[in-house]
Amino acid sequence: MKSHRSYPFTFVVAALVLYVTFFIIPSLSGIAYSFTDWSGYSDEVEFVGLDNFRTILSPDENYLSFIGNTLLFTFWTIIIKTVFGLALALLLNQGVRWFVNGYRVLIYLPVILPTLVVALIFRSILDPASGLLNSALRGIGLDALALPWLTDPRIALYSVIGADSWKGIGYIMVILLAGLQTIPKDLYEAASIDGASAWAKFRFITLPMLMPALMIVTVLNVLYGLRVFDIVYALTNGGPGYATEVLSTEIFKAFSKGQFGLGTAISSILFLILVVTGYLVIRVMERQSDRE
Amino acid sequence: MPRNLRATAAHLAAFLASLIMLLPVYLITINALKSTPEASTMSVDLPTELHFENFLIAIEKGKLLQSFFNSLLYATSATVLATLVSAMAAFVMSRHRTRFNRFLYLFLIMGIALPINFFTLTTMMQVTHLINTKIGIIILYAALQVPFSIFLIYGFVDTIPRELDEAAIIDGCRPRQLFFLVILPLLKPVLVTAGILNFLNIWNDFMMPLYYLNSSSNWPMTLAVYNFFGQYQSSWNLVSADILLTIIPVIVIYLMGQRFIIAGMTSGSVKG
Repeated sequence: MKSHRSYPFTFVVAALVLYVTFFIIPSLSGIAYSFTDWSGYSDEVEFVGLDNFRTILSPDENYLSFIGNTLLFTFWTIIIKTVFGLALALLLNQGVRWFVNGYRVLIYLPVILPTLVVALIFRSILDPASGLLNSALRGIGLDALALPWLTDPRIALYSVIGADSWKGIGYIMVILLAGLQTIPKDLYEAASIDGASAWAKFRFITLPMLMPALMIVTVLNVLYGLRVFDIVYALTNGGPGYATEVLSTEIFKAFSKGQFGLGTAISSILFLILVVTGYLVIRVMERQSDRE
Repeated sequence: MPRNLRATAAHLAAFLASLIMLLPVYLITINALKSTPEASTMSVDLPTELHFENFLIAIEKGKLLQSFFNSLLYATSATVLATLVSAMAAFVMSRHRTRFNRFLYLFLIMGIALPINFFTLTTMMQVTHLINTKIGIIILYAALQVPFSIFLIYGFVDTIPRELDEAAIIDGCRPRQLFFLVILPLLKPVLVTAGILNFLNIWNDFMMPLYYLNSSSNWPMTLAVYNFFGQYQSSWNLVSADILLTIIPVIVIYLMGQRFIIAGMTSGSVKG
């Protein structure tokens, strides 16, 4: 049987055309345009060499801090989501005996809400004067902790990180829970017979067996964190000042201001950071799982 | 620790976590029914009077009906388009494993990680006359869902025995009949999963319309809500009503299809 006749290439064409037209061509031409002075106000586009990249990497401008904020956001959301996601997954896998699916459905709920809506709700919860968080803190006598969450430049980024983590923990929990459920029970039974402690079982059975799931989770979080837009845009729009500005919100501002050449250059840097970080994460985690 | 005590502590922890996750939706629900002064602090207290008219005001002032049908149109059409073309492509690439098809598969799913370049994409949308149009945003959404849909469906095609193809071909099926009459019905579980995930992604998306839809008559619900919030920031009861109406469809789909959603979310990680 000639299999190429039963599986014609024409079946791939529609998907391929959509993908190449709206992903690949813009991405590749974007790299070319990042070396130009392309703007929304003039039809002429001139080659300017590395000028855009010099502007972005110059210490006199703020762009380096936007890169820093993006990396901080990515780092802390990964840590928080993974720690709490893992704790909840373990809780549902071993601790809780009934209503497991009910808990899972409830904890996963924020994941399916529009990020924009989550940001708007947190704008009310984190309001310094009347917000629920500060009212609750004052109610239990912790007035000193009732901070201006979104308006203090030193803590605003961490408030955004907190809101985003709230939304994403369920996602991580569900993937890790599925990973936990694939670990054979007899491994734990054998360890119990050998007298292993709960910690030893976690360290030498659960963690190594969970490595593939942890790797997926981390890669997904890196991809998400580096590209984050909605939650920052709707919670603080990069403010106060530039305290919470990340690459994607700055790209949108460049877009609105017609700075297309500079914007594509920032997009290209984001592209580069995504590729490098993604590669590093996979390498580090592979080495980790080899050692186990 | 005695077993009973441990189990109780575990339930308490899981219950508290669920409560924290549910709290914002609860806040939106009860404050949507309050009067404006009562809702100004967005407290957890129950409303003293029920103001159902908030929903009518939000629907009228927020142009929610129009944006609801826009969202429905975008999410449904783009989901059907993306899921169908992805299934066709995934089927052929998974069945006919040449080196070229393997490369093509990796090339296509690379899109899961690629960032979008909004500037050059604008030019592309202008060149193809798709910018600021309903059909344009549908095609764009479909294109954006292709990489993940292919990834999801590709793995599932393997679970359908090849003998079925061979039997169908011996019986005289043409490739199109083979795919639409034999394979497509068997792909149903993964198509439902991909469909639900695509639908929710598009329904919840805020970024594409922000970049590519200027005219308010084309806005989906997310953009309409954001705009409504800008105008009625001081009336949290109306904002809450508006938000609640936006998320009800999402929550309904979630509760009906949560098994499929979780199956899709975990498919990549469990298989490794």
